[in-house]
Amino acid sequence: MTMRWLTPLCLIALAGPLAAKEIKVEAGANAQERLQGALIEAEPGDVVAIGAGRFELTDGLSLDVDNVTVRGAGPGETVLSFKGQLGSGEGLLVTSDGVTLRDFAVEDTKGEGIKSKGADRIVYKNVRVEWTGGPKATNGAYGVYPVESRQVLVDGAVVRGASDAGIYVGQSSEIIVRNSTAERNVAGIEIENSRRADVFGNTASHNTGGILVFDLPNLPVMNGGDVRVFKNKVVDNDTPNFAPPGNIVASVRMGTGVLVMANDNVHVFDNDLSGNATSNVMVIAYRLKYDDARYNPLPRRIMVSGNRHGRAGFAPQLPGGEQLAAAFGGSIPPVLWDGTGSMTVASAPVLNMNIAQGAEMETAKPAPADLSKGETYAPPLAVVLPAEMEARAR
Amino acid sequence: MSWSGRLFLVIGLLAASAAVAGAARQAGVADAAVTAEGYPAKLSEYGFFIDLAERTPAARVTPYHLNTPLFSDYTEKERLVYVPAGATAKYDAEGLFEFPVGTALIKSFGYGRGAAFKPIETRLLLHRASGWVALPYVWDADGRDATLKRAGTRVPVSFTDPNGRERRISYAVPNQNQCKGCHALDGAIMPIGPKARNLNDGAQLGQWQRAGILDRAPADAPRLARWDDPAAPIEARATAYLEVNCAHCHNARGPASNSGLFFDWKQTDPVARGIGKRPVAAGRGSGGLDFSIDPGHPERSILIHRMKSTEPGVAMPELGRATAHDEGIAMLSEWIAGMKTARN
Repeated sequence: MTMRWLTPLCLIALAGPLAAKEIKVEAGANAQERLQGALIEAEPGDVVAIGAGRFELTDGLSLDVDNVTVRGAGPGETVLSFKGQLGSGEGLLVTSDGVTLRDFAVEDTKGEGIKSKGADRIVYKNVRVEWTGGPKATNGAYGVYPVESRQVLVDGAVVRGASDAGIYVGQSSEIIVRNSTAERNVAGIEIENSRRADVFGNTASHNTGGILVFDLPNLPVMNGGDVRVFKNKVVDNDTPNFAPPGNIVASVRMGTGVLVMANDNVHVFDNDLSGNATSNVMVIAYRLKYDDARYNPLPRRIMVSGNRHGRAGFAPQLPGGEQLAAAFGGSIPPVLWDGTGSMTVASAPVLNMNIAQGAEMETAKPAPADLSKGETYAPPLAVVLPAEMEARAR
Repeated sequence: MSWSGRLFLVIGLLAASAAVAGAARQAGVADAAVTAEGYPAKLSEYGFFIDLAERTPAARVTPYHLNTPLFSDYTEKERLVYVPAGATAKYDAEGLFEFPVGTALIKSFGYGRGAAFKPIETRLLLHRASGWVALPYVWDADGRDATLKRAGTRVPVSFTDPNGRERRISYAVPNQNQCKGCHALDGAIMPIGPKARNLNDGAQLGQWQRAGILDRAPADAPRLARWDDPAAPIEARATAYLEVNCAHCHNARGPASNSGLFFDWKQTDPVARGIGKRPVAAGRGSGGLDFSIDPGHPERSILIHRMKSTEPGVAMPELGRATAHDEGIAMLSEWIAGMKTARN
């Protein structure tokens, strides 16, 4: 009797989206194949639930199914360790849309930690990516690395030890990076060649540079801008640069708080900025030779206002920095500008290095500047992501 | 039943089973296994081979070769193409041929030449109504069949490289997603090898046409050089090598689109080809060098540095590279050394 009723009900349940299932993967032997198998066999809507414990992995993992949630038992509890990694350029690669990554850690990958490429509407929530041996040039380049994606949410991530950028969003649009912690990376948080980003509520500390916003030439996606950097703690970025030479971040000076380079309409406001030996906010042009007619190397419409400046510029890592600091009574002004492009600084002293675009650093004629009378640029609109993305980040 | 009756019955049964086996052979490829959604657990289920242990192809399953193949840890590769009866692929001079649904590309990787060839894995690209699907099958220990490993695996192997050197590596069978890592174009899986330029050796396209695989074989089909052809200009050999080994990711629509480093054979922008191009997201892969290709200086070129490395995170290509391709590195180094230097 019951069977007759149950069967059609079960069929209905299986046919619809209600069929979403949870695939459990526990730590133990053969973790690589079991976890990768789960990521392949998952169907849209499914949850891959990774149990607590250490997963010793030999190869990169990858997910290519839309709308899957990969969930651990917590960033301290579920650890995917890539110490013994033999292949692949990253720990976890996501190439599908609508994916949620939450509550687990990725450690000691040989290349990137977690990369998502062409993965729209991705949510990174409460994940930790860490190189456990501390800052080293042999660490992987990026911790959390969404690229070529539309609608990206990074919330409550912790990244330590990346030899390039802890949280790196590249060639993307509609981005929120919030409530995250980036420590002991070369760059803490980096927004590169991207449009419309809100970076707020983060702590960037003990990196070489805290938060970087810039554009590079010769890339498929350029003309980055419309970025708001606000309500962040960017303090004590004092780790010597350990990036492998040749990379753009290898030129970031130790003790840089917020760096804006070759970007448009970037607003830096309401941040706590202190303990950054070179400067709390640095605004500059891209100064290397390039061959790309589409590229604009200048900072344009940059607005710096309402930040709380603690100690800054006390040991500027610039040619003649020591003398410069001495000339200013021990520390240079907290906002450093190379004199190119357009910028307004509402309420903080500025040091204008007066280096024309294309000229050498040695031609600098540093002088204090008052940029408070400049144009007041309207801030970009807040980035609002779809409610379903916010729901996945709860 | 009489004695003779029994004998007749036995003979009859034998004949019947022989007839069944014959029918199975004539039936050849199981088209439904190719086209139906699903993942057959065993390679034998497709019927691509009359004799799996010998890898004797079934009817319409045709061997082919490429001018310049992808380097994969010195493996030998046996390539087969199957297009279902009554259908043909449409020729395309530039891109992939337009293969009909039901097409299968079957590639076995292993070590040893000719009769000594021992397969490790056979990768399938199946053209289904929903698109191409890539599936890796790993050969069973007894060599009689291969088993689907969607999550990939590692196999310890030892082999002798072309210089007679013994090598022992942890051979990586890619997982199904890693297949896409190379085979993705605009996010969809695509075969890489069977394009006019890499099949055209002067005769092979005509053979495909005569075998009913391809609709036409124009005489003016483009032709990629053999990377190891000493008679070909070094520029053509380098272009072919980069096109085949790098451009499946490093093109404007491929998995490495974000790098801005593009090695497709028609690429004309020198910066996009890496000449004087600074690294973007190479991280430690740059090896402290400034340019992907530093003209005149292979030793200062990131391209060569990453080809020499076998370290994950540095090694390029990222997959199938537990060994460095010494001969390929030598050829590309010669090519870079011969470029006009931009500086000293």
